[in-house]
Order: sequence, then C-alpha cells, then structure tokens
Amino acid sequence: MAKVSQPTDRLPGLPKAPTGIQGLDEITCGGLPAGRPTLVCGEAGCGKTMLALEFIVRGATEFGEPGVIMMFEENASELTANVRSLGFDLAKLVSQKKIRIDFVQIERCEIEETGEYDLEGLFIRLGHAIDSIGAKRVVLDTIEALFAGLPNHAILRSELRRLFRWMKDRGMTAVITGERGEHSLTRFGLEEYVADCVIVLDQRVQEQISTRRLRVLKYRGSVHGTNEYPFLIGARGLSVLPITSLQLDHKAPADRVVTGIARLDEMLGGKGVYRGSSVLISGSSGTGKSSLAAKFVDAACRRGTRVIMFAYEESPAQLLRNMRSVGIHLGPWVAKGLLQIHSSRPTMQGLEQHLVVMHDLVRAFQPSVIVVDPISNLTLDSRETEVKPMLMRLIDFLKQQQITSLFTSLATGSGAMPEDSQLGVSSLMDTWLLLRNVEFNGERNRTIHVLKSRGMSHSNQVREFILSDKGIDFVDVYVGGDRVLTGSARAAQEAQERATTELREQDHRRKVEQLRSKRRAIDAQIAALQAQAESETAQVNFAIAQETLQAATAQQNITAMVQMRGGLTGDNGGRKEKR
Amino acid sequence: MKTTELRSKRKSTEAAGAFELRLYVAGQTEKSVVALANLKRICETHLAGRYRIEIIDLMKSPQLAVADQIFALPTLVRRLPEPIKKIIGDLSNEQRVLVGLEVQRARV
Repeated sequence: MAKVSQPTDRLPGLPKAPTGIQGLDEITCGGLPAGRPTLVCGEAGCGKTMLALEFIVRGATEFGEPGVIMMFEENASELTANVRSLGFDLAKLVSQKKIRIDFVQIERCEIEETGEYDLEGLFIRLGHAIDSIGAKRVVLDTIEALFAGLPNHAILRSELRRLFRWMKDRGMTAVITGERGEHSLTRFGLEEYVADCVIVLDQRVQEQISTRRLRVLKYRGSVHGTNEYPFLIGARGLSVLPITSLQLDHKAPADRVVTGIARLDEMLGGKGVYRGSSVLISGSSGTGKSSLAAKFVDAACRRGTRVIMFAYEESPAQLLRNMRSVGIHLGPWVAKGLLQIHSSRPTMQGLEQHLVVMHDLVRAFQPSVIVVDPISNLTLDSRETEVKPMLMRLIDFLKQQQITSLFTSLATGSGAMPEDSQLGVSSLMDTWLLLRNVEFNGERNRTIHVLKSRGMSHSNQVREFILSDKGIDFVDVYVGGDRVLTGSARAAQEAQERATTELREQDHRRKVEQLRSKRRAIDAQIAALQAQAESETAQVNFAIAQETLQAATAQQNITAMVQMRGGLTGDNGGRKEKR
Repeated sequence: MKTTELRSKRKSTEAAGAFELRLYVAGQTEKSVVALANLKRICETHLAGRYRIEIIDLMKSPQLAVADQIFALPTLVRRLPEPIKKIIGDLSNEQRVLVGLEVQRARV
C-alpha cells in the first residue's frame, strides 16, 4: 500500500499523510492533509475509532510516523483488547515507543468548577506524549467528551480552537473524531474548528440491510472522491471500496479451462475460457443460468480442482436435487471434498459482510473456481453503484489468486434489451454469455450466445440450448430465410422445408414426363403428316402417269385413223415428206 | 514563590493535616498566581493547621499530569480525605471551593 502515496506528487504544495487504509488513500488522492487536523464524524458504532486507530497504527508501522492516541472514552487496556481482533498489537507498539496512548478520564461527579481556567493541562499532556516518542500523528477520540465533563462551554470552545491551532503549529497530522449531531455534523459543532478535511462515516440500514459508508465531505486544497463509498471492517482493518482502487496488475494466464459443454467450448474458440478470468452468464429467469453454472462446476471437479459455490437462491440440498434432474451430479464432488456450497440469504448481512465472508472462505479453501449464483440477488433492488465496486474488489482479488470466477445474473427490466440491465457489471467480465428465452408459437426455448469474450476468437452464432434429463445440449438454430427459429418451430420449419422440397421434386418429375409425352405426340403427328405427304405425292404421280397414258393413247388413235384414211395426211403430212 | 519553600513552611502543621491538597499549575500565569493566593487565603481561614498544599508545575514535570487526570489548569486536587475531589479554575468563588472541598461539613 505504500505505493499509493505516489500520485500526490501531482499536487505540489499540499503534503499528504497516507493512512494505509485500503481505499481511503485512493479517495483522498494520497491521504489526509499532513500537519493538519481531519475530522471524522459519524454515529456511534460506525467505525470512527477504528479508522482513527488504523491511521495511527499504520502510520507507526508502515510510514515511520509515530503517533499519539488520546482517548476520552475507552481506557488503554479496553482499547488494546478491542483492536487486537484486527491484528494490531498496541501493547507491543507502545513498548517500542511507536505509539503512546493517553487516556483522559473526566469524572463529572468529582469536578467542581470555580473561576477562570484553561485546558493547558491537556496541552501539556499531549505535548509531553508527542515529545516522548517524536510523534507525527495524533488522534483525539472523542474530544467531545469534554463537553459533557465541563459545564463552561465558552471556555471549552475557545480552548478547542486554540488546541487545533496549536496542533497545526506543531505540524501534527491529527484525526479528531466526533459523534454525529442531529442537525450538524457533530453534536458540539467541532466542524467549526476543523475545517481542513472532514470525513463522514455512516451506517445505514436500507431495506433491512446495513452497510457502512464513507464520504469525504470536504478536503480543502485537494481533489478527492466525493461519492459515498461502502467500507467494511475486516480481519485486516478498514477497507473502503472505491472504484479506483483496482490495481490492474494481476497476471494473465494463457491456459484455458473448459466449460464442461463441448459445444460451448467450441463457441469460445474451441478451448473454453481463460483460467483466472471472470465469466458472466446473464439471462432472465428460467433461461438455465444455474444449470450452466453447475455444469461448469462439474467440469472443474472432474479435473480434480476445488470449487466454491455461493448460492443466494437455493439451499445446498435443493441445488443438488435440481441439478440431478438435468443430469448434473454434484453430490459426489461435495462428498469428495472438492466442492463447497455456501448458501445464504443475501439479506442476511450487508454487502460488505458478504464480501468479507467470501474472502475468508476463498482464502481458507483455496479453490480454483468460484461460482456466485446469482450476483443480482446481492442487492435487492440492484443498486449497481454498490454492487459494482464490491464485485470489482472481489474479481480483483480472485484474479490475483488466479481463480476462475463465474457469476450468474438475473436480467431484470423486461422488454428492454437484456444487455442494458447488465452494463454496470459487464465491463468487469472477460466473458459474457447471454441466455435468452425465445417465445414463439406457444412455446419457450432457450438460446445462448457469446456476447463477448476477451482475448479469443468466439462464435457470433446463436445456439439453441436444450436442458433435458440427459443434460445440456446445444443445437444449431434454424437460420433459413429471415428468421431464427428454435424448438418445435425449428423442427416444424425443417419438416416443412423437407416437404416442400419433396413436392417440388415431384413437380419437376411430372413436368419432365409431360414434356416427354408431348414430344412423343409431336413426333407422331410429324409421322402422320409425312405419310399424308407421301400418299399425296403418289396420287399426283398416278394422275400424271394416267394422263400421259391417255395422251399417248389418243395420239395412237389419231395415227391409226390417219393410216386407215389412206395415208393422206393433209398439210401436216406434206411438210413431213418435204423434209 | 517556590514550591519547596511553601511545603517546608507547612510541614509543621502536618500532624493535624486532614486535608492533603495538590495544586496543579503551568508556570507563573496570572491564573495560577490568583489561584494560589485564593487557596492560601481560604485554607488559612477555614483549615488553619489542618492542611498541606503541594504545588505541581506541569511545565517542569509534565508527566505528572496523567496520574491525577489533569486536563484543565489550574486544578486543585483534594487527595485526602478521600474520595478524590477536583476543583478547576482560579478558585475565585470561595463558597464553591468550600463546597468542593467539603470543608463546611468537616467543620461541623
């Protein structure tokens, strides 16, 4: 975390003191204003003291800045016990002279007030504590206790003003905690004196779920994140979840993990998803998200790797039973100790607690795959601003451990494109599978397609996704014409297609036959005509021969007549004799 | 005014000393001078011979502030008789000092 103080170099002139608190330094662009007081206010139990203490402990252990804790409410041994749960050994740090704790006890009943006084005693104590260890950091928790102990608020206020001035002059980076008032940030208006930086903590119960939030209300002379950021108090202290806290420096394994469905792997470049990547399966209810996730779990267990399933909708027993019905048997893996199923109601605890639980379980079990089913249930009304940073942190954590993660998400917002409802988290995902129900012709069918898959060629095709007691199967959808058909519509369309082809072929055959017979008829006709022509020719020849014969006969008759008449042939015979 | 001087002067009266008082101050401020003057006057008037005053200057020994839980100055601590009582301020209101030290009751 020491790295995070670097970006402040962009802003010369305002030195910052890194807190070492995960996320807070990112929000404040490097830490709290060095040498100035910061007010941390919020209701009781929202984590003010924890923040202040972590600031001191990390300052002493990580940044070489010893610190003084001046407690007005808890005593030193209570305090030491309370923070031991966070892994801070205050007693050791005190003995190493890195931290000094001074407990200021104000017993109202034993104090009488008369005449003029000031808080010089407090100054001296603080000054002495600072000098004894060379402190650079100071925490006053909660100085407002003075208001309860001292009736003269006028003196108190002017002395507090002097105290903050004095700490500034001494160059102390201070954290002053204050309890939230009804109409002001703090009950006694401390914000009036501490004007450099104000951080507001808040523990709100929304829809029965309590979440801690942090906001930098004011930071004089510096840019800062202005949003409300959820934070949690975990085993390593405070952890704020800013969007910018992602350190994108995790390794990217090149090897792939199969999904358990051969056709799906085929769609993902033939090899499945990258190890350590994040996969989102989204779709409306009943599209088969959980089944697909279960298949993924099954495949991972078959490889002999460990898996954790976080189920937010079904109990482990119900999950096992339901998955059995589609031919996915997860029970043996649980028995073998390869699979852990953690079911809980998302409403059982706040988002932050879910994250803490996940972290702890993952650390303890060291799985290679985790499945969250579904992430959309983690917030009842899908406040993505909250889920997203949480998921970002979770995914970041998983990627650093090279754990492949699969999240299912219920797409809400019916009617609209299901893609739209997932935009918030989709950017965190490396692979996004979209399941859809296609309702047509009185039945609903499931389709799947790969919306995106970073770093690999993937299919652009929609596949039909069939869930049966034999398991999950993918079928090519009917994509003829200008429609995409699935289920029985696809089957019907295919049958119809076949019938149409058949008919057409018959038709063709018939047409060819017709043509053939027509040709035969024409041929016959031609033959008949030819025969006719021949008979006519014969008739004509006959007539010609007959006439020729008649003519010859006539000539012979004439000649015979002439001979009979005595050889006198008239003019005609005379010419002949002359020749 | 010197702390040691004052203590030695009062040493003779220790036998009867039902009241063991400690006045915390920080250097010679106006308030601490006024407080000491007021304290001496009140003690002489009401507790003559039955008191002992110890003056602690926190400027010189700041570490002593923790033991008696001092935060305001000047502070008068009645260490004896028990229970411990604290009076903060310059002790200008004699009545309140007497109430605070429970002197009235002691006299009666």
